[in-house]
Amino acid sequence: MTDPVSLAVCPRCGRPLDGPAAHDACRAALELEPPRFCGDCGRRMKVQVVPTGWTATCVEHGIQTS
Amino acid sequence: MATENTDVLDRAREQVLERGIGLDEAGVLEILRLPDERVTEALELAHEVRMRWCGPEVEVEGIVSLKTGGCPEDCHFCSQSGLFSSPVRSVWLDIPSLVEAAKQTAATGASEFCIVAAVRGPDAKLMSQMREGVKAIKEAVDINVAASLGMLSQEQVDELVEMGVHRYNHNLETCRTYFPNVVTTHSWEERWGTLKMVRDSGMEVCCGGIIGMGETLEQRAEFAVQLAELDPHEVPLNFLNPRPGTPFGDQPTMDPKDALRAIAAFRLALPKTILRYAGGREITLGDLGTRDGLLGGVNAVIVGNYLTTLGRPASADLQLLQELKMPVKALSATL
Ligand code: SF4
Ligand SMILES: [Zn+2]
Ligand SMILES: [Zn+2]
Repeated sequence: MTDPVSLAVCPRCGRPLDGPAAHDACRAALELEPPRFCGDCGRRMKVQVVPTGWTATCVEHGIQTS
Repeated sequence: MATENTDVLDRAREQVLERGIGLDEAGVLEILRLPDERVTEALELAHEVRMRWCGPEVEVEGIVSLKTGGCPEDCHFCSQSGLFSSPVRSVWLDIPSLVEAAKQTAATGASEFCIVAAVRGPDAKLMSQMREGVKAIKEAVDINVAASLGMLSQEQVDELVEMGVHRYNHNLETCRTYFPNVVTTHSWEERWGTLKMVRDSGMEVCCGGIIGMGETLEQRAEFAVQLAELDPHEVPLNFLNPRPGTPFGDQPTMDPKDALRAIAAFRLALPKTILRYAGGREITLGDLGTRDGLLGGVNAVIVGNYLTTLGRPASADLQLLQELKMPVKALSATL
């Protein structure tokens, strides 16, 4: 996965990481959820979960896998 | 009633453990209302019942979503409904990836692989993907194939039988009286209708639901006995995992003790059924919950990830089964 430090957007809730919202709960939730939003542009990604992993695709920024 | 003054666990020991007859609604409700200090006792009895009537084997299953999201129904717990502002986008899994998922599931020692689609019921495209997918899996992997594709017509039931789908999952989700609070786009009775067709077809019936959606304890007990009336081969037990953007997104997760009471109660209502730990166990009960459940009436697990959320790694569950000296049910035993 992309280094979280470089992300602009929260991959769980899609809101800016430097905005007023806290993302501690999002970070905790991501232990048991794949990312839903592209961390670079905030687009909703196409996410496929399979028993042993997941793949998330942003039309602009490509594919991430678990 | 002559049994009025006897303790519910004593009654359950005689009726459920000795004779294999599930508790009635009043009995299930008593279990759901047991004080905290008696929950362990209830789980121990549920475990004895499971060992006596089902044996020590644990059935291991993997599930995969063939078609994710964009569902026209409004099940209020579901992140795959297209009617809510859930972040889950619509996506199809291709056949090679489906076969790969089945292979990886089989590699864990699982005997079951369930193909799921987020639909009201299958259309021609989904049935054709199923036909192709099930055939490809059967050619490549030794594993039982199950399916969960929503409400079916008789024709579709017959087609699935012909494809070699051995078990069909269709959850009632909750009891009849609470169902209208959970789903408004179809009825509990419509779901029941599909289940009856599936049962009559000879496919195994898998039917369970989600606990902790705001139903009362009375309604939880009602659900357990309605499942017992259906007498499914398998009951998957989920605990609400509140999903962002859904109407139930802000509901709390269940109290862990209530979740354990529910496990014991459902086993005591359904002594001979495969009772499967499904979604929400990690978030509701944490890592220790898996052990408590397996020693409290549960005799099947979904390993690895769920449809849109992640689970414990399969290896963690398999290691636990080894520690508990519970053998994984072999494929040959289920064919
Ligand atoms: S029918 Fe299934 S996929 Fe569709 S909203 Fe209900 S639970 Fe979700
Ligand atoms: Zn966030
Ligand atoms: Zn992007």
